[in-house]
Amino acid sequence: MSRLPVAKTYKLFIGGAFPRSESGRVYDVATPTGEFIANASKASRKDARDAVVAARAAVAKWSGATANNRGQVLYRIAEMLEGRTAQFIDEIQKSTGASAKDASAEVHAAIDLLVWYAGWTDKYAQVVGGANPVAGPFFNLSVPEPTGVVAVVAPQTGPTSLLGLVATVAPALVTGNTVVVIASESSPCAAMSFAEVVATSDVPGGVVNILTGSPTEMTPWLASHQDINAIDLTGADSELALACERDAAETLKRVVRPGQFSATLGSIDRIGAFVETKTVWHTKSLS
Amino acid sequence: MSFLEYAPAPESTSILNLSPSYGLFINGEWVDGGDDSYTTISPATEKPIAEIAHASANDVDRAVAAARRAYDTVWSRMSGADRGKYLFRIARLIQERARELAVAETLDNGKPIRETRDVDVPLVAAWFFHYAGWSDKLEWAGLGANPKSLGVAGQIIPWNFPLLMLAWKVAPALAAGNTVVLKPAETTPLTALLFAEICQQAGLPAGVVNIIPGRGSVAGARLVEHPDVNKIAFTGSTAVGRQIARTIAGTDTKLTLELGGKGANIVFDDAAVDEAVEGIVRGIFFNQGHVCCAGSRLLVQENIHDEIVEKLTRRLSTLRLGDPLDKNTDIGAINSKEQLDRITALVNTGESEGAERWTLDCPVPKAGFWFRPTVFTNVATSNTIAREEIFGPVLSVLTFRTADEAITKANNTPYGLSAGIWTQNASRMLRVADELRAGVIWANTFNQFDPTSPFGGYKESGYGREGGRHGLTAYLTNGDAR
Amino acid sequence: MSNSESDIARRAARLYYDENKTQDEIGEMLDITRWKVGRLLALAREVGIVSISITDSATPSERSSSGIIPTDRSRAQGVTDTQSLRSFLRRLPAVDAIGLEARAATLATRSIKTESKRAALDTIIRLVDLTTLEGADTPGKVKSLVAKALVPDASDPTTPRVAAVCVYPDMVAHAVAALGPNRGDGESGIAVASVATAFPSGRSTIDVKLADTRFAVDKGATEIDMVIDRGAFLSGDLETVFNQIVLVREACVRADGSHAHLKVILETGELRTYDNIKRASWLAILAGADFIKTSTGKVQPAATLPTTVLMLEVVRDWFHLTGERIGVKPAGGIRQSKDAIRYLVAVAEVAGEEWLTPHLFRFGASSLLNDVLLQRQKMTTGRYSGPDYVTVD
Repeated sequence: MSRLPVAKTYKLFIGGAFPRSESGRVYDVATPTGEFIANASKASRKDARDAVVAARAAVAKWSGATANNRGQVLYRIAEMLEGRTAQFIDEIQKSTGASAKDASAEVHAAIDLLVWYAGWTDKYAQVVGGANPVAGPFFNLSVPEPTGVVAVVAPQTGPTSLLGLVATVAPALVTGNTVVVIASESSPCAAMSFAEVVATSDVPGGVVNILTGSPTEMTPWLASHQDINAIDLTGADSELALACERDAAETLKRVVRPGQFSATLGSIDRIGAFVETKTVWHTKSLS
Repeated sequence: MSFLEYAPAPESTSILNLSPSYGLFINGEWVDGGDDSYTTISPATEKPIAEIAHASANDVDRAVAAARRAYDTVWSRMSGADRGKYLFRIARLIQERARELAVAETLDNGKPIRETRDVDVPLVAAWFFHYAGWSDKLEWAGLGANPKSLGVAGQIIPWNFPLLMLAWKVAPALAAGNTVVLKPAETTPLTALLFAEICQQAGLPAGVVNIIPGRGSVAGARLVEHPDVNKIAFTGSTAVGRQIARTIAGTDTKLTLELGGKGANIVFDDAAVDEAVEGIVRGIFFNQGHVCCAGSRLLVQENIHDEIVEKLTRRLSTLRLGDPLDKNTDIGAINSKEQLDRITALVNTGESEGAERWTLDCPVPKAGFWFRPTVFTNVATSNTIAREEIFGPVLSVLTFRTADEAITKANNTPYGLSAGIWTQNASRMLRVADELRAGVIWANTFNQFDPTSPFGGYKESGYGREGGRHGLTAYLTNGDAR
Repeated sequence: MSNSESDIARRAARLYYDENKTQDEIGEMLDITRWKVGRLLALAREVGIVSISITDSATPSERSSSGIIPTDRSRAQGVTDTQSLRSFLRRLPAVDAIGLEARAATLATRSIKTESKRAALDTIIRLVDLTTLEGADTPGKVKSLVAKALVPDASDPTTPRVAAVCVYPDMVAHAVAALGPNRGDGESGIAVASVATAFPSGRSTIDVKLADTRFAVDKGATEIDMVIDRGAFLSGDLETVFNQIVLVREACVRADGSHAHLKVILETGELRTYDNIKRASWLAILAGADFIKTSTGKVQPAATLPTTVLMLEVVRDWFHLTGERIGVKPAGGIRQSKDAIRYLVAVAEVAGEEWLTPHLFRFGASSLLNDVLLQRQKMTTGRYSGPDYVTVD
């Protein structure tokens, strides 16, 4: 007794909502053997622009949240992901042809990575910041602050659909940045399901924005966008990365080059790639 | 004679023992430059100081090769403790030759001897002393148990703090175990060349530090694109910073940039007014305003605007402009004709855009490049002088009504290097400091520097930090790309 | 009058004046007639057992305990009662100690050479209040001090005279006598300054302080250096501090209507914070000070450059507010020419060169003069001088 399953429409995730691409475009997502899985939205530069607007609007709230709160929210993502482990294993297997064991390992790694980063939110400033013993009657303190809006090209190959996405997005979120991420073009389904997880995890709208479609088409628009502070080119091929790094130079964006950090493991340096050190001096006296 | 016309108190230049001409310092030796040479002049008199060789692209290659050889064969193999001892030696030699360096800097740059003597050179020594101690403690720098140096560092520095910028670049690079090719600015090569002598006196192994004066478009450009350079550190204009970032795109070369700024100095109505006025003066008239982190935009709470401007202009009237070698000079010469023209053009724009100009009424020497301290009031946020970095003794005064407005106006710039806050309300100070998008915030003070204190910008003011542990990590890697 | 008669007169006077008894009641209590009581009371007045004085208004202590006594200066600034004084002082911008000290340190780097130095040294001498304030002071010591004030350096007749000599009240007459016709206002001749008001602590009653002041003025003091009540200031009793200055200022008035100039010593070393010093400076000016002075010299720290810069900022601001110039006197601890020159620089650059006159700036010092003389000799002869070549007085 078979039942006709209900197929999911995969859309974009912008500002906490799930719109279709304004361009109306979709593209075929298929299994490695060519079987149709879904029509993914093919985001346009205008969708990317809208995502940046949403991300910028969310910076104040997310960076202004307490570190403790950001930690709880990131942990909540892990919790929600854990509860939907089976769904993600299924999606990963379908879109990448991974074995059940590998797919399950990827999902578990993604969950554990979120837990790891969740724990960093209220420790990072203490580890990398602190008082500077200047030679004068001054209180002097350096603290890391989020750089602002981070554009991310998520890994496009390897165990990418979920783990690569989490490994690039989470570290930017730790300190209070907001993110516009271009998911894996070839296996976007897990990414969009991850958007559903994010949407139900107390993450304020606009903090994470997920686009599906062509990195080659969209990334240059993000690289040259004047309201983006940093760009992570981990998932860009070398040609795209070169062009985008050059574009990024126009507004002196902070750039993460492909291969600069692991695309799957946790890294404190990845957190550090998206922070600004602010140093505050104040006079000290009995006046 | 009125008491305030202090008799001339010139610092003697007899302490200087300059060569009539200088070549390039490559591999521990003085060599001729492949390109033509030029005369470096004193901007206060336009008199020649010395003939300086221009490094050619080939010279850059030689210098990089020397640095690579020194890195491979000596410096990267040396214990951190020994590297540190060399740096301590350099720090001491700088202290010993402090007066000479101060005089040379003032002569070449045009900045007052009071500043080179009391600020630049003491900080230079402090910078080397600070980083010397890091050399054998790299495992505590926050990059794991086995941090590695990067290799050859190419360093390009500006003319506003020639020797200090050298120290900011060279000290952490050497402490971390890198070797260096440094290009000083074309108009201010002198102290870098004297520093080369100090490296010789310290017995620093050949090739660890190479100093190559030259043109940005030739030597600077070659250094940036050189395939065997692992790290570029640049301080200078945002325009050149952009070019450098473009050039090294797609390579593995690491980059730190300290670029321009348009710092907001925010004065609230509960500020310690007299000290705020001093801070405003220090913020924009220190070093003739040739300071990337200058407080060039004064944001005054509207209800005290008139009082502040009145006190400020009265205070400015006591500034002494003239011979930089005179110990009583507050405002020295503009570093170059080119810079003077730029300042003049921007000030003219300010006037034509309707801002109200006040300029110190004081005599100006006939020879040399001079610009009298200038304050613009009635400046609109949209005026050119409120947005563009002037890099001169020119202050733009704007007003605000509430803290929110002050923050919004302060942040309304593509730059993000420095800002000042003047208030007696500590709670407000901390919150405003949180909201400002700038790398260095001075509260109830301005233009303070210290080797332990990270310095660097947000947004188009560059990236990376110099100073302290943060500055050290810019010359290290944790070895594995995790 | 017999002893027993004076005793009974005293008892009657107490009952009458202190306890408000009627003459009838007193007669009954002392078992004498009402007429006898009347005679005893008259006798008590006659022989001085009772003295009755009539004043135009309340006594000083009464006047100073019912709100501030506004002055013309204070009224012009809207300071008419204790509350308005308090708000006025509270509204003053705060001082950032580090910024102030940095400013002073920068001023101290001014390099004063050649003819500027020569002029500065002479200026310093003209601004010195040559001071002796020792328990061991004698008429002889004061005479010697005056001789030094008149002729600081006998070997060089071009040496200017000092502005004033500064002594305790009981030494004023000796200083006046020694000066003779050379007494003046600091410029026309040497002024005689006297510390008063229970110097240095100021811990006595207002009546004693006023008597102390009147005594010094009567004996010929042309300037009074009073101390404020620091205890009252620190405890928030601004009224007492203010009114004591007002009353002492009144006590400086001579019979002919002229007045001895009043320098108000804040004793900055006890006020401790720059905010306190700033408020006390404004308070003293509002209350009528001609000069504000840092210290007694008996408390450390005495005069410092940052403190003096701060006080110069106050008189500068007062000038811009009112057009009136108030003097400043750093005192205590300034022993070397080098230091004194830094003060001159501070005066010129903070308040203005107009302040470099004995009417507006003084150094309270004793050993400074000899160091200036040594420097002066060096500039004249080109050789370094030594302490044997200046007089010890």
